[in-house]
Amino acid sequence: MTSVITVPPSLDDHTFEQVVEQLASVPRDAKLLIDARHTRWASPYGLTALLTLGQTREERASFAAPEAEDTASYWARTGFFKFAEELFDLRGVVPKARGGESSVLLEITQVAKSEDVHDVVGRIQQKAQQILSKELNIDAKATVGFAMTLSEICQNIIEHAGRGGFVAVQTYTYRKRLASRRVVVIAVCDAGFGFRQTLESAPGFVRSDRWDDAAALEAAVIRGVSRFRDPGRGQGLAGVRRYIGRWDGKVSVRSGTAKIAIVPSWDDDVPLTEKLAPFPGSQVQVTIPERVSGGPR
Amino acid sequence: MMHIDLSSVLRQTLSCELYSNLVTRPTGAAVRTQIEALIADGRERSLTVIDFSHVGMIDFSCADEVVAKLLLRYVSAEREDLAAYFLFRGVTDDHWDAIETVLERHGLALVLETDDGARIVGMVNDGERTCWEKVYELGRARASDLVLALGSLDDAARALDGLHRRRLLMRLDDGYIAVGGLGEAHG
Repeated sequence: MTSVITVPPSLDDHTFEQVVEQLASVPRDAKLLIDARHTRWASPYGLTALLTLGQTREERASFAAPEAEDTASYWARTGFFKFAEELFDLRGVVPKARGGESSVLLEITQVAKSEDVHDVVGRIQQKAQQILSKELNIDAKATVGFAMTLSEICQNIIEHAGRGGFVAVQTYTYRKRLASRRVVVIAVCDAGFGFRQTLESAPGFVRSDRWDDAAALEAAVIRGVSRFRDPGRGQGLAGVRRYIGRWDGKVSVRSGTAKIAIVPSWDDDVPLTEKLAPFPGSQVQVTIPERVSGGPR
Repeated sequence: MMHIDLSSVLRQTLSCELYSNLVTRPTGAAVRTQIEALIADGRERSLTVIDFSHVGMIDFSCADEVVAKLLLRYVSAEREDLAAYFLFRGVTDDHWDAIETVLERHGLALVLETDDGARIVGMVNDGERTCWEKVYELGRARASDLVLALGSLDDAARALDGLHRRRLLMRLDDGYIAVGGLGEAHG
């Protein structure tokens, strides 16, 4: 029997939880159909997370592409189907990617080794400078911090995931929470070990009374704890947090059954969510909003 | 004085002409290993210019490997005849955030070459900064030259010794010179 997982009409970091909840009762080796026929919109997080879902399956899953022509065409331009065809048996009409998508700063890119990070950072720099200064009204100097943030999050995959993941960067208009301000969003998703398992592999690791995915996320994201004894480790996520704070941005990290977020005043997300349906690896989203006059510099 | 262009080392390390950014920890570790090999090939006591002029950006992980771990290896070296000193050139705002972060993390300091000369940056206290700047200004100095600036002969001697151990001052037979102040000292 094939289990059907319905992808919500609008797929982002919040609604992806609906996908994970449906998956919770389906064994990894079960036949699966991911049904995205009625999906009309997806964030970079939604698209990269769908691809990592494909990585988690022991039995190659089927994937029904969006029926809406503009949606499918857009997904093609983000590079989604290029990787989806490696991970899923695709069903429905899958358009060929024609031309670039202006809102896509970095089309979906696989990150598996150090050279991939060089490639990602090299490709994004020039375009990021243009977008940050012209669309988001952010000082062009912020481009370096943006590239550093991207680099550090991608390295997380290489150092801790144990397998390749996906990154995508895109700009769009945030209608719900930011009164139609523009945002730039980085999504980095992998289906690897996740934070808890990574920290448990530290030499001399001692499990505390309250040790779970949430505790692991707090340790790594808030306190900069690393599985390495090297005191220089753990600076990457700390640097990301500083950058996010400077530009009134948001970062959220989901791993296992928990999600932690550094939440700015413009967002109503909760800082820590526990007891989520389990999903392997880690999924990171960084959002930098357009700066309005009087905002942080 | 040895000059190491980091962008050249980066390209050799990656075997790729396309990249000018110092990103990722493995890249940083490989670049540092290359720098250490170059220093080992040189004279026993060495002053090396680490040149960032053609580096686009550096991230935290790479800065930890290329800057912090490089300095850590040599600040703890006991043998004076193997002492290695570094002067950092071409560091811009695009590099500084990551470098400053790793210097703070490890309690390190370094000497930056700027358009106006050289200056000490990173984790130094007021006394160390005063001492370094005075030695730099004088070109060559002994503890007795710094009594006025630092309060006593003991304080001056202690500050000079501390900065020398941190490889921010070079010790000669007749005093100290600041890293980055060689031009003045020899002039």
